[in-house]
Amino acid sequence: MLNKILPVAVSAVALVALSACGSSSAATPGASGGAAGGKAIVMGFSQVGAESGWRTANTKSVQESAKSAGVELKFSDAQQKQENQIKAIRSYIQQKVDVIAFSPVVETGWDTVLLEAKRANIPVILTDRAVDSEDKTLYKTFLGSDFIAEGKKAGDWLVKDSQGKSEVDVVELQGTTGAAPAIDRKEGFAEAIKAAPQIKVIASQTGDFTRSGGKQVMEAFLKSNPKIDVVYAHNDDMGLGAIEAIEAAGKVPGKDIKIITVDAVHDGMQALADGKINYIVECSPLLGDQLMDLAKKVVAGESVPERVVTEETAFTQEQAKAALPQRKY
Amino acid sequence: MTSAQAAPTTHGPGLLERARGSRLLWPLVALVALVLANAVRNPGFVEVRLQDGHLYGSLVDILKNGAPTLLIALGMTLVIATRGIDLSVGAVAAISGAVACTTILGSADPTSPAAALKGIALALVLCLVLGLWNGFLVALLGIQPIIATLVLMTAGRGIAMLVTDGQIITVRNDFFAEIGAGFLLFPISILIALAALAAVALVTRRTALGLLIESVGINPEASRLAGLRSRTIIWTVYVFAALCAGVAGLMISSNVSAADANNAGLWIEMDAILAVVIGGSSLAGGKYSLSGTLVGALIIQTLTTTVYSMGIAPEVTLVFKAVVVIAVCLLQAPKVRERFTRRRRPPATAETTPPTRPRASDATFGTEPVAHDATAPKQKVAQS
Repeated sequence: MLNKILPVAVSAVALVALSACGSSSAATPGASGGAAGGKAIVMGFSQVGAESGWRTANTKSVQESAKSAGVELKFSDAQQKQENQIKAIRSYIQQKVDVIAFSPVVETGWDTVLLEAKRANIPVILTDRAVDSEDKTLYKTFLGSDFIAEGKKAGDWLVKDSQGKSEVDVVELQGTTGAAPAIDRKEGFAEAIKAAPQIKVIASQTGDFTRSGGKQVMEAFLKSNPKIDVVYAHNDDMGLGAIEAIEAAGKVPGKDIKIITVDAVHDGMQALADGKINYIVECSPLLGDQLMDLAKKVVAGESVPERVVTEETAFTQEQAKAALPQRKY
Repeated sequence: MTSAQAAPTTHGPGLLERARGSRLLWPLVALVALVLANAVRNPGFVEVRLQDGHLYGSLVDILKNGAPTLLIALGMTLVIATRGIDLSVGAVAAISGAVACTTILGSADPTSPAAALKGIALALVLCLVLGLWNGFLVALLGIQPIIATLVLMTAGRGIAMLVTDGQIITVRNDFFAEIGAGFLLFPISILIALAALAAVALVTRRTALGLLIESVGINPEASRLAGLRSRTIIWTVYVFAALCAGVAGLMISSNVSAADANNAGLWIEMDAILAVVIGGSSLAGGKYSLSGTLVGALIIQTLTTTVYSMGIAPEVTLVFKAVVVIAVCLLQAPKVRERFTRRRRPPATAETTPPTRPRASDATFGTEPVAHDATAPKQKVAQS
């Protein structure tokens, strides 16, 4: 861990020295990278960790966007621990960065450190995950996916697809019980399918967002429910597990049983292009560009909306085939 | 009560007496009750048919998905019998799957059986080394097993993450997929697990090895003084546990053709310990039951499958599981069982007392010496 942080810290110190030089001599070309205000914005970013391909892509997006936007990024990895994140934020405050952005590991317990940032007049942007705080002035904005909207998109596609059919039985593979994406994706989907009374969710169980979880639950569903038309999985991995269970039962995924998932990670997109999944709603980790735009606005003192939704789309099988070669994750 | 109804129909009166004394009775009753409850709710649950040349049904799923837990519990049984515990098995399983999958993906032809064999061999060799490490800490350095294996429990998942770069590694290798998802009429995974169980039963129960393991668990120092190589025995069981975990890890990753360093084998050490305890082995060491572990592992998997097929809401799943586990453990507890037998005693007094007496002494044989000698080392330290 130390050898990860040390170079970052050293280079951060060096960069601070460098930018201080630049501002005093006022005419070093290229040093300020083309930021609107002349001086490069310094952003402290504290990431949750590197627990999945999704998160890795998220990190990469933030780093690349910072580079192209001329924002000087101080990056730290909290390794899933809140205390690491609090430490990182405190050090950003001491270093007097222009803006702090972070994806909170947990929802609660941020008031003290965010208040410190507020007193130091450093604006805070939340990315990907929200915090649960009564004082909404502690952060400027929250940039992240709208999980309810994702569930709705999945439901809308199914409603359209089920037009003219008499009865559509859906089984749902939920995410980890109690996790925000699981709750919201379920809610959004349920709301959307109200439009078509022939669609019924006949079984719903958690697969813990994992492939083996999805496979085990799907195996059980296939045996206890003779008729299943559609699987709605809260992420690609559970959908991929369900595919294996369906194949083992001698049915054809994508044809006998349609599959809708959320996320659009590489393996999921591949299965979609292969015709084994029918529809994937994207949950994009590539929010770097939006984050940099927001950071510039916040630093310039412009007002920003309290909630910014990540730009996301959804893929059909044809779109997946076209998009697959350029996917970053 | 269920035993009174069920047992006479299946066993003769002599067997009934023996069965009532067996620690396996209640776990077995629980297992049958779970399956029956499922069958009542959904008759299709006990249905088994032939599909594409292999058996297909919920019961087959229980066997297939329970195989990794069974295998790990098997290794855990022997470790616990030596009065140890191995918390690192889940992490070792994750490492095993991660190494196998990355090796397969990195080889010249990722779909060939040769690549799979190479991956499997490398993973198992690594697990052997990890087992040696655990055994080294426990047997040679004398570190408390729970702490010694905790090291690898936390570090191991990190190692698995390093191996996979934190990504889910997907492989397409038919040979590798056979281990966890393949069938030879029965799921191959359960065949492997049962073969391991039979081999252990044969080696430990047909030779003196089982007795030696138990004696090490009861009192390692006395066993050493009696001429047993306690250290070697302890070392061996940790290596065996790691190997079991390694094979289980291969099953888990093979079942979904992917290595997920974050989630593969997560908390499986707890399931394995639970299986051992439900099966009637004493956590204080010195007494173990392989058939008990088999039943314990099957109960745990049946419970999971029950939750899925009965449609128990995910929010109450953990409570439901806890209630069943507590019920089984309570039924097994000597005090509770005493209550049961005492209440039933009056109708046949003279006949039932002789078989119960050796049983009571049997129970004390397992617990008393352990309690006694647990204090012994402390006294020794205090004196010196």
